[in-house]
Amino acid sequence: MKQWNWRLISTHAILIVGVIFMSLPVWVAFATSTHSAEHILRNGLQFWPGSELLKTYNEVLFVDGGVMKSVLGTTMLKNSLILGFGFAIGKVIVSMLAAYAIVYFRFKLAVPLFWIIFMTLLLPLEVRIIPSYEVMASLGLLDTHFGLIVPLIASATGTFFFRQFFRSVPDELLEAARLDGATAWGFFIDILVPLSKTMIAAILIIMFVVGWNQYLWPLIMTTKEENYTLVIGIKQIYQILAEGGELPQYQKAFALTILATLPPVLVVLVFQNWFVKGLVESEK
Amino acid sequence: MSKVQLTNVKKTYPNGAVAVRGVDMEIQSGEFIVFVGPSGCGKSTLLRMVAGLESITDGQIMIDDQLMNDISPADRDVAMVFQNYALYPHMTVRGNMSYGLKNRGMPKEEINQRVSDAAKMLRIGDFLDRQPNELSGGQRQRVAMGRAIVREPKVFLFDEPLSNLDAKLRVQMRIEIKRLQRRMNVTSIYVTHDQTEAMTLADRLAVINDGKIEQMGTPIDLYNDPATLFVASFIGSPQVNLLPATFDGQHLISGDVKLTGFTDLPVSTDLVLGIRPDELHLDDGGQFPMRVDIVEQHGSDNLIYGGILGAMNEGEEETEFCFKAGQDMLPDLESTLMLGFNAERAMVFSKDSGERLR
Repeated sequence: MKQWNWRLISTHAILIVGVIFMSLPVWVAFATSTHSAEHILRNGLQFWPGSELLKTYNEVLFVDGGVMKSVLGTTMLKNSLILGFGFAIGKVIVSMLAAYAIVYFRFKLAVPLFWIIFMTLLLPLEVRIIPSYEVMASLGLLDTHFGLIVPLIASATGTFFFRQFFRSVPDELLEAARLDGATAWGFFIDILVPLSKTMIAAILIIMFVVGWNQYLWPLIMTTKEENYTLVIGIKQIYQILAEGGELPQYQKAFALTILATLPPVLVVLVFQNWFVKGLVESEK
Repeated sequence: MSKVQLTNVKKTYPNGAVAVRGVDMEIQSGEFIVFVGPSGCGKSTLLRMVAGLESITDGQIMIDDQLMNDISPADRDVAMVFQNYALYPHMTVRGNMSYGLKNRGMPKEEINQRVSDAAKMLRIGDFLDRQPNELSGGQRQRVAMGRAIVREPKVFLFDEPLSNLDAKLRVQMRIEIKRLQRRMNVTSIYVTHDQTEAMTLADRLAVINDGKIEQMGTPIDLYNDPATLFVASFIGSPQVNLLPATFDGQHLISGDVKLTGFTDLPVSTDLVLGIRPDELHLDDGGQFPMRVDIVEQHGSDNLIYGGILGAMNEGEEETEFCFKAGQDMLPDLESTLMLGFNAERAMVFSKDSGERLR
């Protein structure tokens, strides 16, 4: 009994240390963001919340010139959400359709095509960033949401996941649907999409976080401040801090950072159940 | 009310495997046809060719005198019940049953009418708003049949629909399928490897072996008058007793056993004698001495298994026979029974070709 207690205590001690280690930086960032710039400049990082919470966040989100020269925090938040969701939804749609074609339409090139798609994993965006930029620039799509999202949505991983999933769907379902007069499109929409919903949720979450955290591509693609995403905004504001000149607005930089972490956390919390189901359950 | 006609239908897979080697068949309107055979004999392939799920390599399939070879499964007006039910897991029972009708653009009221009629017939009315994973195997099977019934198709196709059910339920559903088919009077093709199912359901039975039809006819004809050794041994439970033998002009000889009553058989070829277990009877002057090995009591009758003493054996220890007797017949193990049979009812086959010799 005694031994068991010690075990419990030591296990939990380790867990608690882990939790503190992981969450302390986030907490410090949040606590610091609630103090005034002068206070931070004089006393350094803060471990306890101060009195400037509403003022700081209000300025960052809603006051013109509060954080950047001309762009509001809400605008950057909106841009980030568009990028995150556009990226995730686009990837899901494109990779589902690609997997559908590869698995169900047994055309001759299906297998080689699949492996070609798979090989693009070896060519991440960073490798092809200059040609991609060139294409978007010559199409006049710089500084547009469309140009920001479309070059990113082809997804080998997504295609691979959906391919594996579709292959596990029993053939009899397709045959029953064919006898029931379903068209190719009908089978996809009426049967496959509802069957894959946990899978879709899982991929949506992963891809949303990846899209949200995109840095290099939006940095290159956007030139106007009004198109900045939060991640770019954070980089810009820290650059201003580094360049100096005026009183560094550390609290605003931290506030922006906190704001940038919130949406992915929310998405994960909301879709968590589906996410786990999508990974472990085969609902057939 | 539709007849189905197969003319020299063949199926060869792209890898060269031959599944169906030329099948001719005419199925009358409203008939219940069962394809029966061992696994891998091509019976399911043939059914799937009628459904349009497999392409036809050669030959013709006609439904109501209309060539079906290049018509898509949806437009053939056939409905199929699959072995694993193939219900759409995310749809309710109602959704499963109405999906095919919706795709055909049927008005809502008519769909509802048909679904509730079929549900009443199959006694699944209480489950219409449940999902398949909330149903038992028997209920799922009913839903799968309901999905076929609401379509009011020209032909019903059943692909081993009962093989996932337990024995008791299988008998129940078998009777129900038969009753339903009688009532709706729709031409049906049913595939099974279970000879009891085949015997009890079929108006006519097609025994399929190695991609060919061995014999086709009413179940009782096939039982009483099989054309080949394969049919004789496949149809009937317990299995027909087989005894390798040769003919010397007067007697059928198997080892030390000499049987009289046979004439007009080819001399000096290998033959096989077949006698149904229920054709044997106790007879002090009988020609088979059988050493009792096992007695199985089935209730109304007993199956007595044992070796025929002195009979020719082919690598095996003894030629094993089964004798079907009444429930009072309980011989001691290792005792010897003398069994007689009626030569008129015995069947002789050529060993090489499997042909029945008459």
